[in-house]
Amino acid sequence: MVTLIENLINGLSMGSIYAIIAIGYTMVYGIAKMLNFAHGDIIMVGSYAAFILISTMGLPVPAGILASVVICLCLGILIEKIAYKPLRNAGSPLAVLITAIGVSYFLQNGAMLVFGSNTKSFTSVIPAQIQTLQIGPFQVKGIAVVSILTSLVLVGILQVFINRTRPGQAMLACSQDRAAASLMGISVNNTITLTFAIGSAMAAIAGVLMCSYSPALTPTTGAMPGIKAFTAAVFGGIGSIPGAMVGGLVLGIIEQLSKYYISQQVSDAIVFGVLIVILLVKPTGLFGKVIQEKV
Amino acid sequence: MKERAALIDRTSRNDFVTYGMVLAVFVIVQILSSAGVLTNQLQGLLVPLCVYAIMAVSLNLVVGILGELSIGHAGFMCVGAFVSALFSNQVGDGMPSLLRFVIAILLGGLFAGIFGFLIGVPVLRLNGDYLAIVTLAFGEIIKNIINAIYIGIDGSGLHASLTSANKLVDPESGVILINGPQGITGTPRDSSFLIGIILLLLSLVIALNLTHSRDGRAIMSIRDNHIAAESVGINITKYKLIAFTLSAVIAGFAGALYSHNLATLTATSARFGYNMSIMFLVFVVLGGIGNFRGGIIAAVVLTLIPELLRFLSNYRMLIYAIVLIVMMIISWNPASRAFMEKHKLGSHLFKKNAKAGKEGK
Repeated sequence: MVTLIENLINGLSMGSIYAIIAIGYTMVYGIAKMLNFAHGDIIMVGSYAAFILISTMGLPVPAGILASVVICLCLGILIEKIAYKPLRNAGSPLAVLITAIGVSYFLQNGAMLVFGSNTKSFTSVIPAQIQTLQIGPFQVKGIAVVSILTSLVLVGILQVFINRTRPGQAMLACSQDRAAASLMGISVNNTITLTFAIGSAMAAIAGVLMCSYSPALTPTTGAMPGIKAFTAAVFGGIGSIPGAMVGGLVLGIIEQLSKYYISQQVSDAIVFGVLIVILLVKPTGLFGKVIQEKV
Repeated sequence: MKERAALIDRTSRNDFVTYGMVLAVFVIVQILSSAGVLTNQLQGLLVPLCVYAIMAVSLNLVVGILGELSIGHAGFMCVGAFVSALFSNQVGDGMPSLLRFVIAILLGGLFAGIFGFLIGVPVLRLNGDYLAIVTLAFGEIIKNIINAIYIGIDGSGLHASLTSANKLVDPESGVILINGPQGITGTPRDSSFLIGIILLLLSLVIALNLTHSRDGRAIMSIRDNHIAAESVGINITKYKLIAFTLSAVIAGFAGALYSHNLATLTATSARFGYNMSIMFLVFVVLGGIGNFRGGIIAAVVLTLIPELLRFLSNYRMLIYAIVLIVMMIISWNPASRAFMEKHKLGSHLFKKNAKAGKEGK
């Protein structure tokens, strides 16, 4: 029983990291209508930035995290302006998808050149005295609690931002009908840029949390969590923020439980298998909108 | 009638250009190779080039003709590779090598086709990005399971395990067929450039003939407007399945060609992961969605670029990424496309891109 609950908590914490990444994915998808395959690699850039700033240059942890968030935010805007914007009206959504893949290759190989391909050992951003916590009979990693709290706070802030502020409302409007939104005087370009900025900033936070959780940092660190978070976003209904949150948490729990109770090797297959079953039962994900096509 | 005859004439001429191009490349490579101009590195790339070109044809059937996004095609290739390698390993010298390889290729295609059909039945109900993520998931599942499974055979039949090869089979008579992450070793290296080219031509014949047939037009009508297609009585599920299964069969052929070119076959991410599926998608989109010839050219060019850039050593993959992004922007950006059309710069590649999606009408 104790191990089950500890496993659930570990799953929840990994799931909340997936959730933070998935929210970035889903926001970009909802507004720019594109699958940003480079999102996972922004996580990696964020982790490297935090690693260099904190471990090598000795910045205090909060400042290092903040700086890496800013770096990723700028990177996200830059990528959007240079690579995605020219293809926004390209006619086929595949064109920008392939460009995103190009950006992903670029970031991975750029990191390979700058930081080398050998694994860096990330120092946890959690102070040593709360590395492991004893809550009642349960032994829990400090980072697990921190990631769950962080994701809750971030989702709360995002919900308030989207529902209560004008830029947030502009984002909602763009996601529903881009043409109508621009007729209402909303700058679609700025809104899309803002979305990329927020998504990338969250990716940086996710990167720091993820590398504090499992410290191996390589240029392809972000790829698999990126794909899994994408799965989580689809799982929850792509375009829906609560959906991405729930999708991420469920995915994390399934992964942890199947790793512990079934097999380390096939846990990915189980995660993807559950996704397929869910999509077959509910073809637009848990919270996805069913769009009725009309002739 | 006359117009129709002219149309048929034009499509068949177009097809013959494609076949001719493949044959011409084959002849040129043969001449170069007998003249000793080709480096060892390029020699080694010939079979993989055929594999990638066949995969571009296969994926083009789904993405270009059926109009659905699949990012799990490496999974079908993986099935074809492992089934055919298992067969060849089991038969060993009991059969002439050519016959053995032909049967292995057919088996690879058959099993990949069965997987394509089984996956297609539930999956093709989904649309767009949801379909894409499910194909990605299936590709990853296939790779993941093959990577974790141990299969052995002995007097009492086949045995499988997910944990280890120990005690799996009777130590005297048994053999381990798939050794988990170590995969299959000792597959005979039957693949050659000639067989690769023949397989590529075969897949082209399948794909192009399907496209020009009644079934092919039905498939393209689903792509262009599935509601209209359904309302004129086209059985959407059936035609989607035809396209998807055929595409999987062709991917299985490619897998067989691939596995018989390797001494050790492992289901690593670098070989059969989603990265590979995405690479095939890049070929298709860059070559022009629905254009088989363009896809093959893109497959060859994009495989050769990193090799030709070898002198840049560490920078080559970075340059490759930049080339990819720039090529995509130039060939798809509305402004640059208008510019090229105005100045008649539009090479075949770009013109086809502009027409993509309109071909079936």
